[in-house]
Amino acid sequence: MSNQYTRIARDGLWDNNIVLVQALGLCPLLAVSGTATNGLGMGMASTAVMIASGLLISSVRGIITPQVRIPIFVLIIAVLVTLVDMSMNAWVHDLHKMLGLFIPLIVTNCAILGRAEAFASRNRMLPALFDGAMMGLGFTLALVLLGACREIVGSGTLFANAALLLGDWASSLELVLIADYHGFLLIILPPGGFIVLGVLLAGKRQIDRALSARSRSVLLQPSAS
Amino acid sequence: MIEERPAPGPYTHAGTSVNRIMLLVMLALAPATLLGFYLFGWPAILLFLTTLLTAVLAEMLALKLAGKPVRKFLLDGSALLTGWLLAMTLPPWAPWWTGAVGALIAILIGKQVFGGIGQNLFNPAMVARVVLLISFPLEMTLFQQPLPLCSASAPGFIDSLAISFGNYTPVDAVSSATLLGQIKTELGRGVPFDRAALDAGSLWRSSWGDVAGSMGETSALLLLTGGLLLIYKRIITWHIPCAMLGTLALLAALFNLIDPVRYVDPLTHLTSGAAVLGAFFIATDLVTSPVSRQGQLLFGAGCGLLVYVIRTWAGYPEGVAFAVLLMNACTPLIDHYLKPRIYGRDSKGEPLNYVESASGDER
Repeated sequence: MSNQYTRIARDGLWDNNIVLVQALGLCPLLAVSGTATNGLGMGMASTAVMIASGLLISSVRGIITPQVRIPIFVLIIAVLVTLVDMSMNAWVHDLHKMLGLFIPLIVTNCAILGRAEAFASRNRMLPALFDGAMMGLGFTLALVLLGACREIVGSGTLFANAALLLGDWASSLELVLIADYHGFLLIILPPGGFIVLGVLLAGKRQIDRALSARSRSVLLQPSAS
Repeated sequence: MIEERPAPGPYTHAGTSVNRIMLLVMLALAPATLLGFYLFGWPAILLFLTTLLTAVLAEMLALKLAGKPVRKFLLDGSALLTGWLLAMTLPPWAPWWTGAVGALIAILIGKQVFGGIGQNLFNPAMVARVVLLISFPLEMTLFQQPLPLCSASAPGFIDSLAISFGNYTPVDAVSSATLLGQIKTELGRGVPFDRAALDAGSLWRSSWGDVAGSMGETSALLLLTGGLLLIYKRIITWHIPCAMLGTLALLAALFNLIDPVRYVDPLTHLTSGAAVLGAFFIATDLVTSPVSRQGQLLFGAGCGLLVYVIRTWAGYPEGVAFAVLLMNACTPLIDHYLKPRIYGRDSKGEPLNYVESASGDER
């Protein structure tokens, strides 16, 4: 039982990461990952939607027929996104203004529909909820990593405006890493997003390769001795 | 019995190698580069050396990471030439890191990410130049009046170190708009451009190169000489440069005829900015330009058209880099539609069949 949850967590965070492996949801990813704070806000909003949609879709999976499943999934996701959109507008208004159009566009994030189709509609409620949380967390991690890389290289800061998202205590997170920095505009612009994402993908594959090489050598050792 | 396996054909070739091509292009670039060194002094030389050194180091690093033979690819000189072309298009007194960052972008993102020499879709030097221009508009548009080496007002070697590597701005230096930049600003303010207002020798000066501008772009005449050498040595053919400069001149002449006050005359267009450097050395890049002759003519004409459009109506005063990159993007399309005819086949790739067509004619 717990083995299943470990598997889900591993898939969501690393082995089947939405951004780094599935390469889904790239439009919001590239559009709002200019800073780490924007990435975190977008990631948290998407995670909330994924958790709730996993739970709801899993709970109705017995009563919807395959023919109408896609419209129903989209409706459920749209309702949830609207809720998130309105709550963010109410409680983190400044961040909502910065993320702008991309919050409503979470509806069209293919990663969420993809998880609904591939996992939530075929599993019981608790695993579906857990899968939504882990996939969302993996998405958030990738977004924050990408946003942090672009922010450091592009404008020399880290977690700028974090106070808008997390409250006043977070202003201690806001770092100016390189004082008197001119800025590297290209990295902030969308092409920079593609370039940095490419570097991250290469980095992940490199780590995977190193890990598999090590596990192979561990497996080989007993037979050699 | 000695069993000798013959090497595969072709058995006779022109002796051309990547190495030889790169060396000849560098040779052709040398006069204009040396003039740039002379006119802009030590800061230009330091920037040039920084750019080339970074390009070579980046190439070495990328080859090592990719697990390719470092010596073989490094010694072909392509990284050196990319760095050289990039340095030619930088403002001569730009700080060292513009050259270094540009060389890193050119080699790593412009070239090696695509798979190294011969694989890149876009001209690496121009990719780097556009990235620099968009990211650091201030540094990339600060041009100096020429202060010839060893003349009284030129900065000495120590001062030049400070200009290139420190944050030092010398008092004697006169920063100045390039001719194209000046024209753009004046027209933007609604002031009609009057060629006669410039002194009579200015056309000669801008063809010889004694004007503010990028390090190696100013001397149209020396670049033209280098370009003719390349055509004579059959490194490039006349198609791209002639089509590009011809289109540019034709458009300029046409619009200048319609309204001489609003549109600049063709000779100014040809002799200023990166027109000649771009036509002979950048657009003709063997990797990123079309294969067939008709394709090359179309490619060159497209470059010329885009240069004129960008210079005249767009936001930037100079557009050679943008024009070349945009046409690079069209190269696969041009190559798809304008294929050279295969020997023994018609233009659609069907085998020639004289017997059948002859009998068809009789009927």
